[in-house]
Amino acid sequence: MEGVKQFDLAVTPLREVNRYLHHDVAASGVERVKILNADGAHSIAVGLNVPLDIEVDGHCGYYLGGMNQLARITVQGNAGPGVGENMMSGSIRVKGFASTAAGASAHGGLLAIQGDAALRCGISLKGGDIVVGGSVGSFSAFMAQAGRIVVCGDAGDGLGDSLYEAVIYVRGSVRSLGTDARFEPMKASDYEAVRELLDAAGFEHDPRDFKRVASAKSLYHWNVDANQEY
Amino acid sequence: MTHERTGSEGLSLEESAGYDRRTLDYIQRAAATGLYEIRGLGAKRKVASFDDLVFLGASLSRYPLEGYREKCSTKTVLGTRHARKPVELATPITIAGMSFGALSARVKESLGRAATALGTSTTTGDGGMTVEERSSSKTLVYQCLPSRYGFNPDDVRKADAIEIVIGQGAKPGGGGMLLGQKVNPRVARMRTLPPGVDQRSASRHPDWTGPDDLVIKINELREITDWEKPIYVKVGATRVNHDVKLAIHAGADVIVVDGMQGGTAATQTVFIEHVGIPTLAALRQAVQAIDDLEMRGKVQLIISGGIRSGADVAKALAMGADAVAIGQGVLMALGCNSGSYVADGRHVSAIEDYRRLGTAPGFCHHCHTGKCPVGVTTQDPQLEQRLDPAVGAKRLTNYLKTLNMELTTIARACGKQDVHHLEREDLVALTVEAAAMANIPLAGTNWVPGS
Repeated sequence: MEGVKQFDLAVTPLREVNRYLHHDVAASGVERVKILNADGAHSIAVGLNVPLDIEVDGHCGYYLGGMNQLARITVQGNAGPGVGENMMSGSIRVKGFASTAAGASAHGGLLAIQGDAALRCGISLKGGDIVVGGSVGSFSAFMAQAGRIVVCGDAGDGLGDSLYEAVIYVRGSVRSLGTDARFEPMKASDYEAVRELLDAAGFEHDPRDFKRVASAKSLYHWNVDANQEY
Repeated sequence: MTHERTGSEGLSLEESAGYDRRTLDYIQRAAATGLYEIRGLGAKRKVASFDDLVFLGASLSRYPLEGYREKCSTKTVLGTRHARKPVELATPITIAGMSFGALSARVKESLGRAATALGTSTTTGDGGMTVEERSSSKTLVYQCLPSRYGFNPDDVRKADAIEIVIGQGAKPGGGGMLLGQKVNPRVARMRTLPPGVDQRSASRHPDWTGPDDLVIKINELREITDWEKPIYVKVGATRVNHDVKLAIHAGADVIVVDGMQGGTAATQTVFIEHVGIPTLAALRQAVQAIDDLEMRGKVQLIISGGIRSGADVAKALAMGADAVAIGQGVLMALGCNSGSYVADGRHVSAIEDYRRLGTAPGFCHHCHTGKCPVGVTTQDPQLEQRLDPAVGAKRLTNYLKTLNMELTTIARACGKQDVHHLEREDLVALTVEAAAMANIPLAGTNWVPGS
């Protein structure tokens, strides 16, 4: 079928697949790439810079879609640690669960996880959007600097510890907030943001069920009188 | 007012060794502020160093080269293990990672211009890659730090090598720090932070933990760059033997070990002075670790932390380093701690500005304030004008050239046609401490403490 290229990682080495995606696919007229037998391989479809649909069949190891630009990647399975780390643009959709540090340090783009995400989801986030259909583990959004995280389920301990300007929306319960994170009232713009992100990720929930977590900004500057008790 | 002792007061003015004036000042400062002191540059305490080693020049038993005439190669190749395009340098003297944010864009440009003139590399820092340093640097090493500030795939592709930073000699185990006064709008934008925030970088990488993960992280960066670029791993010197071995197992092409004398733009003094081991000891352990794994010649070693002179470089190479990286020396060549700066070809005194910082040339470590009197470690639009990139580049080129000449002078005197042929047998130690740390015999003896 024209416009579709298929690789089987059981046959073709990953290095060749990534090289093709970096150098050859742009001028090839191929619009969709299918990668079969992911079989837990690390670094599948990393460093892409081309507006292309990629479907990965099977469970992925670490760093699926790492540093992604423009590509729209869908994983029919679970994703290992650091899925979409440092993503700049494009989208990554994980149909299963995601392991630790999903979307770590992502600057842009959309990471949509159907199931749960493990510890440190959205750590150091720098502007990307993350929507998690299930729950997120502890220490999620640690030091998140910019961007938005929507959690349709629950959040673990220490949510949003040392947050900068990133904003978190949680539908379920939050076991505990991290240092300097606080609940804030939802405004009209927050409901709109949640609606937009749920739509983009393809989840159906009522934005009115979500709570907003953001930084109290008490760590932005050294406080001499705080005696370092934070 | 401090009371100057004349020596005739006897016990009435005897200073306590444990509670000397420095300690009293520390205690009273802590009591007044409730906050630890933060400062720039490296450890000030005296530790065993390359100064405690000397070369055994050639004589009857060894044959020297003609010092000014015969060829002595300084060519240095880094990243031969896995990278398709190793870094080729004209000298083993490289410029250490320092951030845009800590330094101004004009300083970054000076570094790039000087490095390019000398055929060596510069390194980005905890704040991303600036246009100024990329365009002025022929060979640029791009750091991947725990904070990932400004880290992006376009710059990864523009880099000539990637350095994964685990730690820094001035603060192994600690993250970076940039106080609000240096977080101007451009710095803030590059780091995705609110302007003016007291920025404290993470001390751990966000997406991997431990050596087994590092293997996978390194391979991801190799996949992103199609296995083209060398991957360096930089550690602050602590458990050097283990760290170097683990970094090699993780697949690093080049190991960078930064000793405790290494500098910083802003770190807690307690960290600078009390965490990490001296560069001399770290180098010996790093070389031993590489030898233990039989990786000499396959994995290259860069040592940094208090390398100041051509003699330091020669000693580092003789002990087994493939290259050195210099940070503080480079800044000092640009004018750090000088009493004046150059404007319109004339020296202008900066003494008054040092005084306002409560210091004087020769003692300044106020990089963290952003009020550098000579325009080196600042983001202030006025102060940064005090460093003309062309003047800075010239001064730094001269400094690096001098080091390179000193290095080859020593190598020739030891009978080496290539600076990389300098060897441990060319060195002896002047102190028992240095002999023990460097595993090099005490001068005039065959004695190596501990063996």
